[in-house]
Amino acid sequence: MQLWQDYHTPTSVEEAIQHLSSYAGNSRIIAGGTDLLIDLQFNHEGPMLDALIDVTAIPEMTRLTEENGWCTVGGAVTHTNIVKSALIESKATCLVESCGVVGGPQVRNVGTLGGNVAHALPAGDGTTSLVALDAEAEVAWGDGRREWLPLVQLFKGPGVSALDSSRDLLVVFRFKLCGDGEATAFKRIMRPQGVALPVLGCAVWVKLDESKQNYTAARICIGPIASVPARASEVELALYGQPANDDTLEKAVKIAHETLHPRTSKYRATAEYRDHMIETLLRQALPLAVKRAQTGVAQAEGVGMG
Amino acid sequence: MSELRLTINGVHHTLDVPQSRTLAEVLRYDLGLTGTKIGCNEAECGICTVHVNGTPINSCIYPAFRAQGKTIVTIEGLAAQDESGEHLHPVQEAFINHCAVQCGFCTPGLMMTATALLNENPNPDDKDIKVALKDTYCRCTGYTSVIAAIKSAGSVIRGEGALPVNDPPIDEPMNVIGHSEKVQDIVERVTGRAKYTDDYVFDGMLFARTLRSRYPHARILSIDTSAAKAFPGVQAVLTAADVPGENLHGLVHFDWPVLCGDKVRYMGDAVAIIAADTQEIADKALALILVEYEPLGVVADPVYARTPEAPVLHEGREGGNLLKHIKVRHGDMEKGFAESDVIIERTYHTPTTEHAFLEPECAIGIPAGYDAEHEKLTIYVGSQIPYQDRNQIARAMNLPDEAVRVRGTLIGGGFGGKEDIAGQIHVSMLAEVTQRPVKMLYTRQESLLFHPKRHATVIRIKTGAKNDGTLMAVEAELYGDGGAYASLSDKVMTRATTHATGPYNVPNAKIDCYAMYTNNPPSGAFRGFGVTQSAFAVEQNMDLIAEAIGMDAVEFRLKNAQKVGVTTGTGQLLRESVGLIETIEKVDADMRANGHFQWGWREGDMAYGWGIACAYKNTGLGGGAPDKSDAEVEAFEDGSVEVRSSSADMGQGLVAVLAQCAAEELGLPYNHVRVLLSDTDLTPNGGPTTASRQTFMSGNAVRLAAANLRDALKTVVSEEFDYPPDRLRFEEGLVRANGSSMSFGEAVKLAKKQGISTRILHEYWGPKTQPLGTGGDMHFAFSYATQAALCSVDLNTGVVSVEKIISATDIGRAINPLLLQGQIEGGIIMAMGNCLTESYIVENGVPWSTLLSRYKMPSIKHTPQIISHLVEHRSSEGPYGAKGVGEIPSINTSPAIANAIYNAVGVRVFNIPVDQDALLRAMRKGETEVYAAWHDVK
Ligand SMILES: Cc1cc2nc3c(=O)[nH]c(=O)nc-3n(C[C@H](O)[C@H](O)[C@H](O)COP(=O)(O)OP(=O)(O)OC[C@H]3O[C@@H](n4cnc5c(N)ncnc54)[C@H](O)[C@@H]3O)c2cc1C
Ligand code: FES
Ligand code: FES
Repeated sequence: MQLWQDYHTPTSVEEAIQHLSSYAGNSRIIAGGTDLLIDLQFNHEGPMLDALIDVTAIPEMTRLTEENGWCTVGGAVTHTNIVKSALIESKATCLVESCGVVGGPQVRNVGTLGGNVAHALPAGDGTTSLVALDAEAEVAWGDGRREWLPLVQLFKGPGVSALDSSRDLLVVFRFKLCGDGEATAFKRIMRPQGVALPVLGCAVWVKLDESKQNYTAARICIGPIASVPARASEVELALYGQPANDDTLEKAVKIAHETLHPRTSKYRATAEYRDHMIETLLRQALPLAVKRAQTGVAQAEGVGMG
Repeated sequence: MSELRLTINGVHHTLDVPQSRTLAEVLRYDLGLTGTKIGCNEAECGICTVHVNGTPINSCIYPAFRAQGKTIVTIEGLAAQDESGEHLHPVQEAFINHCAVQCGFCTPGLMMTATALLNENPNPDDKDIKVALKDTYCRCTGYTSVIAAIKSAGSVIRGEGALPVNDPPIDEPMNVIGHSEKVQDIVERVTGRAKYTDDYVFDGMLFARTLRSRYPHARILSIDTSAAKAFPGVQAVLTAADVPGENLHGLVHFDWPVLCGDKVRYMGDAVAIIAADTQEIADKALALILVEYEPLGVVADPVYARTPEAPVLHEGREGGNLLKHIKVRHGDMEKGFAESDVIIERTYHTPTTEHAFLEPECAIGIPAGYDAEHEKLTIYVGSQIPYQDRNQIARAMNLPDEAVRVRGTLIGGGFGGKEDIAGQIHVSMLAEVTQRPVKMLYTRQESLLFHPKRHATVIRIKTGAKNDGTLMAVEAELYGDGGAYASLSDKVMTRATTHATGPYNVPNAKIDCYAMYTNNPPSGAFRGFGVTQSAFAVEQNMDLIAEAIGMDAVEFRLKNAQKVGVTTGTGQLLRESVGLIETIEKVDADMRANGHFQWGWREGDMAYGWGIACAYKNTGLGGGAPDKSDAEVEAFEDGSVEVRSSSADMGQGLVAVLAQCAAEELGLPYNHVRVLLSDTDLTPNGGPTTASRQTFMSGNAVRLAAANLRDALKTVVSEEFDYPPDRLRFEEGLVRANGSSMSFGEAVKLAKKQGISTRILHEYWGPKTQPLGTGGDMHFAFSYATQAALCSVDLNTGVVSVEKIISATDIGRAINPLLLQGQIEGGIIMAMGNCLTESYIVENGVPWSTLLSRYKMPSIKHTPQIISHLVEHRSSEGPYGAKGVGEIPSINTSPAIANAIYNAVGVRVFNIPVDQDALLRAMRKGETEVYAAWHDVK
């Protein structure tokens, strides 16, 4: 089935935006195509696209760099390249753990972080970790503006992004790498049937005090709970200033049960099961992140075992 | 059109192609590099994998112009070529040696993914291999041999030599029988040269598409094809009115319209067909056909189908929606239950499942007289029943059978799903109307929608036993969802019914089965043929009874196991070849080998359990159906032999088995025999490739044809040497008398000189069987199997994993041990899918499982350790004692897993696929029975 007409491979963001605007809404950005080409074939009955604008040859978007404790990841960096980055593995481990379970190697070799975020699922694996990392995204709007936005502002609803990928471009992400006493972890629950999306995913970032015995801050993203990826702020608050021990974990679990209200989704999970899984995930991810923060050693778990 | 520069397998190409191409399309259709296969177009199956600049990617979703200027390696580029010829890559060699290739359709993908892994890491362990191949699927092998092959290839690449092949030990190997010979075209299958239907291209070929129903049940009010006909590039648009002959086809009952004219009965129903100059034009024109429907009430499940208020699918049909009521009556039920100390009654549900053979259906029709090669209307198709295809095509085309030629191509997996007509009649019609070759390739999504599946069943079963463990009675009621058309429902559900006592001595039985019409996709043959479903119920009831009387599950089975002298529930006295007890003992010994055996235990957050289940499965059609297979064997003066048979090799290795039978009889080296399969003009009718029958039936036909040929040659050579014919020996390609000998080829020459034909046809009739209900031998042989599954259940998530399967299978005689082991491993993994991952979901007649991404079959990451034992209780009538093996491994894995789950966590699952969600909730609540499956999460 013919899905598009022209194929462009611009080498700069400006050129990409120009192409998009010249097709006036009837072209789309393609990164890995692992969501887009399947959607185009099977989910939309609309007319064929005039063009695909390939963003994977734009140097700015395929770079992964570190500067002043910040990491910048181009929107078109593949899951494979994230997984291979020793920097991200040691200082933003959750991102390697989440990108490492997306699909199989062939999908990770082309699928990108930008595509994962732009697809705007409430539990895209890469997205969940970026939220816990408190990432920001640089957007090149179709009108030529460039703007940094907190990642969470990009999501409008399930599968609905603030970006219009027939006009706007997600250029890069940036987030602060973990310093001393900080660490992250990502875990997810899958089922062997049905679509390859998590029953529930959970990324945590923790910061311990100098003694490394108490939390000073935490960020937790568990999804899907709401229609967009979101932080579990009540649970985060329950950790602030508390000792990093089992008692605190129990309290966090209790508050999670009280404040997070997952829903039943057809052929994926019942609300009741997801509620159990919130607990299972917190019990796995929090202590793991704490241990990493305490030891300063973080090795990604579960990569490739999605 | 734009310029695309690619370096493919070391060759520079500059192409002028549309920018809308995917890389897979450029490779396959623009460059003819058809080794790269398309299985889904969804980035799910991985079989389209090629390397771009060294990185493995799915070429089906890779835009070709992204590859501009890049270097690509495909399966065709794996082997090295030099003056001395072709040198296979170590991965190719290893896949051949370890028998990691069955149908071969996935093989290019598996090998490209594997070589990418080995390029990075020539010493991968199991986990590395599972990570690398996680999303590269194979439906045939069960992956065990694939893992072994990749490790061996790595070892060769590292310079450490090939690893030994796990060739199972067998009893009394003969000269050729009992050896793991390779199928004749194995090199083609590992190099990408093997041709499946979509790989054929003919001059002037058109491309076809089918318009399918918009409703599960509706009356067709009008069809307007004018806009589609007027669309440029469209050559024909046909509807029911254009069917030249009978508009109804079918395998047992003729109830399935070639094209629906008045009514549609499921979403896969064909309403119109189009042939156009290109696939794209056909796609576009399809949308222009206007059909007006009047939707009717939907019959969504078989129990409802039997109620008086249910709409009738086939109006005017006697019996309404009841396709068949099947009955087993044996002994005295009242007495049986009265004498039982324990009675267990439960209801089980099994889902509709999908074959998911990796090659979607494809057929090519060529009009009569198109060219010298095609004097008749010719259909190229990978079919399990070529002669019945021919008959169904002829009926619909209003032609005599002989005016149609069906030429079998390689089959990329079948498992029962390529027995019914798919596009064969449609391409015949379009080819004759347009007078051009026409190809109809189904998309994966169309395949999922259209073809008959495994019957969903509801099975209530009541089992009675004495406290000493003697089984007394089984009463069962089965409902089978036959879907919109009969297909093989009648036969499949009969098998489910007759096997519902399990492979045990059950003195009293009353079993009723209702095969029903519904508005779901039709159900038909699927490996296990109904017995997979009934065994799920039977074998769990067995464990429930054993537990209730406090007897070990193995001891209970041993006590009741069928053996020679037992009479089955259908009144058949078993006189020979009942190896069940030995299979139980072999599995039991392995399971308890570590000394401190427990059925279940816990380690931290994990619970473990063993479960056991037995199975039996008939070989051959049985039930009074005349079972016949013809084969021809011809010897040539160069000493070679050709075997001809219309029977299907869909990866199970039948070509090897048939060649082995001929070589054994004629004392020839295996590679002197070639096999020509499935051409209705050149090969005699081997009957359907179904019911685990071909090794037995066509194996016998070839064996006897070869024996007759040998006898004919004996007469000639005996005169020449003046030596008694019965003392001549055919061995090592020679005919030996005392002291003198001549080559086989010389013997053929001699015979021909004397006008004696060296081409022998044998019509083999299987032993006579009796219809159900008449007593006597309903089947001429049964295979037996026992499996033990070791499962883990994660107490925090409910996730079930199969850690290990021990199996023992009585197949009578291992003609080709490695191929046999491949059938067993593949069958086990497929059955694991049946229990744990697969359910074809239909919502009120509308399929939800319309994408491969919504239908998960087991991947390599699910592959447990598999230990399989072969048990050989010879069947006196089978070739060299062999019985069938195709289906038996797919029967008892599901109940073994279910029993293991119970033994691990104390919760029994009555519905599959197992829902970890419901399982965990039950565990947390202390419940012991779960009646919800995955598809019940809503
Ligand atoms: C077999 C399989 C398994 C999968 N498993 C998982 C999984 O486990 N977890 C998971 O989260 N996902 C999974 N996915 C989904 C998918 O692979 C990921 O979401 C992936 O990250 C998408 O990236 P992509 O580059 O392929 O996006 P594309 O398909 O190229 O793009 C997706 C959408 O985003 C837009 N877009 C892409 N890049 C940009 C950009 N830079 N700026 C603006 N818009 C953009 C596109 O126009 C399109 O609308 C799976 C997919 C497949 C096929
Ligand atoms: S993944 Fe490409 S055909 Fe299936
Ligand atoms: S051999 Fe793998 S799908 Fe058939």
